[in-house]
Amino acid sequence: MTLNIEDLHQIAKIEQDTQQGFQHRINVCVAAGCLSCGSGVVKDALAREVGKRGLDNWCQVKGVGCLGLCTAGPLIALEVGGRFYQGVKVADVADIVEALGASPVDRLLYPDDSAFFQRQLRIVTENCGRIDPERIEEYIAESGYEGLYLALTQMTRQEVLGQVTESGLRGRGGAGFPTGLKWTTVAKTVDSTKFVICNADEGDPGAFMDRSVLESDPHRVIEGMAVAGYATGASQGFIYVRAEYPLAVKRVRMALSQAERMGILGNNIFNTNFSFNIKVRLGAGAFVCGEETALIASIEGRMGRPRPRPPFPAEYGLWEHPTLINNVETFANIPPIIRHGGKWFAGIGTEKSKGTKVFALAGKIVNTGLIEVPMGMPLREIVYEIGGGIPEGKRFKAVQTGGPSGGCIPQQFLDMPVDYDSLMQVGSIMGSGGMIVMDESSCMVDVAKFFMEFCMSESCGKCAPCRVGTRQIYDILCKITAGGATTEDLATLEDLCDLVKHTSLCGLGQSAPNPVLTTLNYFRDEYLAHIHDKKCLAGACKTAKEVS
Amino acid sequence: MSHHPKGKLRTDLNPSRLLTFKIDDRDVSAREDESILEVARQNGIAIPTLCHLDGLSERGACRLCIVEVRGVAKLLPSCVTFPRQDMEVITNSERVVNYRKKILELLFTERNHVCSVCVSNGHCELQNLSVELGVTHVRYNYLYPEHAVDASHSRFSVDHNRCVLCLRCVRVCDEIEGAHTWDIMGRGITSKVITDLNQPWGTAETCTGCGKCVQVCPTGALSEKGKSVAEMIKRRQFLPYLQMMRGRQEESWQK
Amino acid sequence: MKEESATPERKSASAKQPPEDHRLRMVNRTMQLYRNQSHALIETLHAVQESFGYLEEGVLKHVAGTLRVPLSRVYAVATFYHSFTLKPPGEHTCVICMGTACYIGGSGAILGDIKEKVGIGSGETTPDGKVSLLVARCLGSCGLAPAGVFDGEVAGKLSPDNVIDKIGRWR
Ligand SMILES: Cc1cc2nc3c(=O)[nH]c(=O)nc-3n(C[C@H](O)[C@H](O)[C@H](O)COP(=O)(O)O)c2cc1C
Ligand code: SF4
Ligand code: SF4
Ligand code: SF4
Ligand code: FES
Ligand code: FES
Ligand code: FES
Repeated sequence: MTLNIEDLHQIAKIEQDTQQGFQHRINVCVAAGCLSCGSGVVKDALAREVGKRGLDNWCQVKGVGCLGLCTAGPLIALEVGGRFYQGVKVADVADIVEALGASPVDRLLYPDDSAFFQRQLRIVTENCGRIDPERIEEYIAESGYEGLYLALTQMTRQEVLGQVTESGLRGRGGAGFPTGLKWTTVAKTVDSTKFVICNADEGDPGAFMDRSVLESDPHRVIEGMAVAGYATGASQGFIYVRAEYPLAVKRVRMALSQAERMGILGNNIFNTNFSFNIKVRLGAGAFVCGEETALIASIEGRMGRPRPRPPFPAEYGLWEHPTLINNVETFANIPPIIRHGGKWFAGIGTEKSKGTKVFALAGKIVNTGLIEVPMGMPLREIVYEIGGGIPEGKRFKAVQTGGPSGGCIPQQFLDMPVDYDSLMQVGSIMGSGGMIVMDESSCMVDVAKFFMEFCMSESCGKCAPCRVGTRQIYDILCKITAGGATTEDLATLEDLCDLVKHTSLCGLGQSAPNPVLTTLNYFRDEYLAHIHDKKCLAGACKTAKEVS
Repeated sequence: MSHHPKGKLRTDLNPSRLLTFKIDDRDVSAREDESILEVARQNGIAIPTLCHLDGLSERGACRLCIVEVRGVAKLLPSCVTFPRQDMEVITNSERVVNYRKKILELLFTERNHVCSVCVSNGHCELQNLSVELGVTHVRYNYLYPEHAVDASHSRFSVDHNRCVLCLRCVRVCDEIEGAHTWDIMGRGITSKVITDLNQPWGTAETCTGCGKCVQVCPTGALSEKGKSVAEMIKRRQFLPYLQMMRGRQEESWQK
Repeated sequence: MKEESATPERKSASAKQPPEDHRLRMVNRTMQLYRNQSHALIETLHAVQESFGYLEEGVLKHVAGTLRVPLSRVYAVATFYHSFTLKPPGEHTCVICMGTACYIGGSGAILGDIKEKVGIGSGETTPDGKVSLLVARCLGSCGLAPAGVFDGEVAGKLSPDNVIDKIGRWR
């Protein structure tokens, strides 16, 4: 079966008509966060209740992806009226259906938090929480696969590359490498076999953007990858997902088979001579497999140990063929870029960081969840307006971005715009989008120790500085938090950080010292208090003095 | 000569193209597919190495061979970096010399290197490196891991206390002997070389008893039984020869 | 191997095979799906882990033989990745998240309490074989930090007390 644009529009039209046939629509979040507090049974109960009352043609109950306010789950959105119900139980179901068309159920209402929604700009997550991720028709009804159609039938490869380059899109996987340049490099290689890989390993502990996108709108990523395949000349794609995300894996597999069935993946897509297939590969619990050469090794069935670059995967990648590797969110940005043009995208964000960024807000913050904001938004706005500030009247201390490769940003930089370069300037990185807020009760030495423990146990062990150095740094941090360290230990700590940063083989080792270096830089007094006064200023560590 | 990086891995490097560049202010000439390390050694310029061994694939892992390149912020491992026309390489700046010392010190802290009772005392590459680099004391804490000695093999034994995880044994056994008895289990600081399913070497069915791994091991980790300290000198002349003769085309397991 | 795939699955399953065989069949099917190519190793180990609960040595040998991967390489891959375990798990498993959000939320104290009161650390099983403890790096439920998984069910907003209580009910 080969589709053309009329078929696509037809599917979209039927879907839109069906949707409009309903007076009311109840969207139940069935992404992992809400599912873990029981949204699945709530959804079934709602559907049953609606059925029991014979309202099937009047009210639609559907499962949707993450609505963004994950702490308040199970979360339900009423499309008419735009209100949210939080913490919904099966027992509430009758009241909810009863209240449709009347005044809402007050006890369940999520406090009308307009800042949370209004300050956001949704491109990557435009469909999250709105469409049923398990039905391709709903994606198509939101102009899904129109970008791919446009690219294949009306644009040359060169034009696609041109649009992506013009958009100014930079890789969302961490380093911010210009996507257009990466695509062009792969496109220029001469090889009849090339690969496109979507990096969905999302190893940063405390980040769940990629998981949410895959669970809430998997087709968007598939479409982005297919466009990339066309532009670079690849016909086989892989999505490397961490095994810890079973729901994302399930939805991606489901989406792939739907797309195959419609002929959107496979041979001669949209009657062109372009063919593209995608396979899923599972990670197996190794952070370092997010590094591109390690990821390739893992797909090839080996241990995920990085290798020296060059040669880069763009020239020499999977099974020795040119390979394009991009992050989930990077691919998710592609369909709108093709639909609206690179210029449109370049109009959003800042001079050097275009578009939006999805962040996973967590830690000591009122609105924990998933947000998407234009690049360049001041950190303060994210923390205090969208995030709702610090709970329990505690004082803000720092924001950690970039996970184990990033750093802690202190109070004095709260007015800094959040973009690649500004974050880099203060010693952190954008990373994949984890944003953990810490208040006065968090000890920064302890936080540094936490990340170093992570890097130590995730180090692949290939190169000596990272393998032994991270352990040595961790030991010193333990000594400091236990109140047993001296000033010399602090000097050794700094010396080791410098060594590991500059001599390690891959990005894991090279960036592992960042959390220590930024906390040493901005919270040195906390280190000194542990060392000189044997005291933890935040009261989080049991130092020798306090134990005795 | 070795298949990484000069086999299929770097098809972009053309052995028939020549270039000139500078190492420590000396003009040198090279084929495009010769590593900086190779060219340096041809010209009598010493760069310390540990994981590199002529005749085996490159890993770029020990980081002792790092050099500076003018205009490049990153330090580059010379065993897997290839020269470009007019590149200026510095092999002995204070910066790299200091880093090398520290890396070596880290290796000494990782396991229990008690040289006075080691079979390789006097002809150990780790020992030689510390002399070469002038490492006289270790500024980091010793980790004192507990490792056993496996003497189950009839002719050889392995003492993990002396292992520096260079993986020469893994590579020679795979790439030259073709047995692939050795590999590395775990990750990070808990990594350990193993035979077959992490079983006593003597019970490993795949081992042919050729002894190549013992010969390439830089330290006293792998040794021949019944040899005195004075006899425990490793012989490796066979390596480049076998490599050349076998001219293995297929992909190496150990990348 | 090829013969086996030719015989219809259902027939053999209904012939009341010992459970061992049935589990192995799942593993073999995975390998066949990848035409026994060596790059199927990780996918195959996932299948072994899923059907046996851990990586049993005999099965590892079988996998090594079928995919023609050296034994030591199979063991290396099995121990490199943290999703795989070489020991049979306890009757019940408790996973505590030690991702950033959960750590900031106090999951360190929960682990400390389990160690103190139940006597097991990460990757360990109680001597009676009842409870295994595992540590995860972010379950993706950071909004509900600290989070954990008890016999497959994700639970959020944990405290040392309610975790000890949940584990207590298994013993
Ligand atoms: C240790 C390490 C872990 C990484 N983890 C991830 C990850 O989980 N997800 C990701 O997309 N990129 C990760 N990266 C970055 C990738 O190597 C790669 O740069 C990225 O996938 C490229 O995609 P992009 O250009 O779209 O950002 C990691 C890098 C390193 C060094
Ligand atoms: S820096 Fe660390 S993770 Fe990267 S190759 Fe070296 S040991 Fe492995
Ligand atoms: S003796 Fe030969 S076959 Fe045996 S482990 Fe050493 S190199 Fe491999
Ligand atoms: S046993 Fe010897 S050759 Fe093998 S990794 Fe250890 S030090 Fe290197
Ligand atoms: S998981 Fe339900 S709102 Fe995010
Ligand atoms: S010799 Fe170059 S990194 Fe080991
Ligand atoms: S940090 Fe625990 S669920 Fe994400």
